[in-house]
Amino acid sequence: MASRTPARPRSPHLFSGFLKLHYSWGPHMLVSILHRATGSGMATVGTVLLVWWLAAIASGAEAYATFRNVFTTDAGNLNVIGWVVFVGITYAFFTHALNGVRHLVMDAGAAFELKRNKMFSLIVIAGGFVLTAAFWLYLGMK
Amino acid sequence: MGSGTHIGRVRGLGSAKEGAHHWWRQRVTAGSNLFLTLWFVFAILRMPGYDYASVHSWLQNSWAAVPMLLLIVSVFYHFRLGLQVVIEDYQHEQKRVAAILLLNFFTVATAATAIFAILKVAFGAAA
Repeated sequence: MASRTPARPRSPHLFSGFLKLHYSWGPHMLVSILHRATGSGMATVGTVLLVWWLAAIASGAEAYATFRNVFTTDAGNLNVIGWVVFVGITYAFFTHALNGVRHLVMDAGAAFELKRNKMFSLIVIAGGFVLTAAFWLYLGMK
Repeated sequence: MGSGTHIGRVRGLGSAKEGAHHWWRQRVTAGSNLFLTLWFVFAILRMPGYDYASVHSWLQNSWAAVPMLLLIVSVFYHFRLGLQVVIEDYQHEQKRVAAILLLNFFTVATAATAIFAILKVAFGAAA
C-alpha cells in the first residue's frame, strides 16, 4: 500500500503552486473549452428560449407579449435580461459555429500544424465577437 | 466477469462497436446545422418586425415552417449527442444512467413541443 503522501509527482494536475497553472494557456485550449461551454449553454438555455418563443407564437398574441416583456422595455428595446441572454446566445452561436467548422476541417486531417492551428483558433475567438457585434449592429440600425 | 475491476470486466471484449456511429451522426448534424442555423440567422435579420403579427405570419409560411422543422430535428439531435459526451465525461455509474435518461426526456419533450408549435401555426387559419 502506497503512503498517503507519496513523494511522487501527481499527474495530471492543473496547478503547480498557489494558482500557478502547470501549463501556459494557448488559444487552442481556450476554443476547446469554449466549444463545450457555448454548446452546453445553447443546448440548455437556448433550447428553452427557442421552444418558449415558438410556443408563444403558437399560443397567441398574449403569450407572445409575455415572452417579449421579459426581455424588452416598453419602448421595444432589449432590457438587461434581454441583453445578457440574447447577446450571450448569439455570441455562443457564432463561436460554436465557427469552431465547429474548425473541427470539421481538423476531422479531415488538416490544420494540425502548430502555427496554422493557433491561427485558426485565434480566428474563431475573434470571429465570435465580430459576428456577434455585426449581428446586433445590423438589428440596431434596422 | 462481473466481480473484477472495471478494466478487468471489459478486457478482451473488444470495442463497444458504437463509437463511430455517434461520432458520424454528430458530424452529419453539424453540417446540416450549419445550413439551417445560417438560414435562421438571416431570416431573423430580414424579418420586417418582431411584433406578434410579423413573427406569426413569418412562421405561417411554408418556406419558414419547413426549414424550422428541419432545424429542430437537426439541432436537437446534435445537442442530444453533444450533451451525452459532456455527461459521460463528468458523471459515472448510476448517476450517468440517470443523467442520460433525463437528457433523453428533455430532448424529446422540448422537440415535441417545438414541432407541435410550428405545425399549429403553419396549419392554422390565416391571421
